[in-house]
Amino acid sequence: MQQTEFLNVVLPFKDKLFRMAMRLLVSREEAEDATQEIILKLWEKKKAMVGYNNVEAYAMMMTKNFCLDRLKSKQAGNLKLVHSNYSDDSVSLQRQVEVRDSLGWIEKIMQELPEQQKIILQLRDVEQYEYDEISKLLEMSPTAVRVALSRARKTVREKLMEKENYGIG
Amino acid sequence: MELDRIEKLLEKYFDASATVAEEKIIRDYFLNEDIPAHLQRYAPMFKYFSNAKEERFTKRLPLRPGNRSYWKGISVAAVVVLVFGIYFGRSYQERKKAEYAYQETKKALSLLALNLERGTEKVAYLREFEETKQKIYNNN
Repeated sequence: MQQTEFLNVVLPFKDKLFRMAMRLLVSREEAEDATQEIILKLWEKKKAMVGYNNVEAYAMMMTKNFCLDRLKSKQAGNLKLVHSNYSDDSVSLQRQVEVRDSLGWIEKIMQELPEQQKIILQLRDVEQYEYDEISKLLEMSPTAVRVALSRARKTVREKLMEKENYGIG
Repeated sequence: MELDRIEKLLEKYFDASATVAEEKIIRDYFLNEDIPAHLQRYAPMFKYFSNAKEERFTKRLPLRPGNRSYWKGISVAAVVVLVFGIYFGRSYQERKKAEYAYQETKKALSLLALNLERGTEKVAYLREFEETKQKIYNNN
């Protein structure tokens, strides 16, 4: 597989990989690095890639796993620095400044969701993947996907209502 | 679109029991149409989702032409050149050495020849002496 051919296959979904990385890793730089690394990994595996019938789903799965690994190692590295009793307040005060509009607020709400719900919400509501694609990609039953998705959407709604009632921002 | 239907669909949406097509109806509704006040609160969610899809990956991709067979070819060629170089280089060295030895031998031989000649000169004197001696003997 030549470079142009490779790019023709990969470029259409590179933004999706990036957005998934952004969803999980939060910082833009980290997400960019992760996406770059995933695409380079694909480039190394380009010979095997010809055999995959769905390169996009494969790349998406790689991105998901890569980001989760990265989060895990980061958490392990930071374990000693966590002060559970006061860190939350200072962060939320800082964030209140950033999160003026309701769109930013939703972004913040999504950051607080469990990883799996983040991924499912990202795949379904942002990227508009079909349900069976998501369940295949995450190796979950369709019912489990719908349950997690419902939970995620309801949490976002709930937090959004809370914000409205307290009038933050 | 009837409000009633939208509210029902919205409920299904939050239960994640709506079909893909129904979800699309809801999405389009909240993105495009005028939304009544009590549903306005849901609009940011759908707006956010559609905005989030606009993010683009802009970083450069440093794809090197990592064509492995190409590199393999080059390295094989390099090894061949190296081996031949060593082989011919060595035989060239040997020829040089042989030539040097030949020159040295020739020098030694000519030196020997020169001295040998000097020896025969002396023998010539000796012969003359012998002849003279014979003459004297004959005269006596």
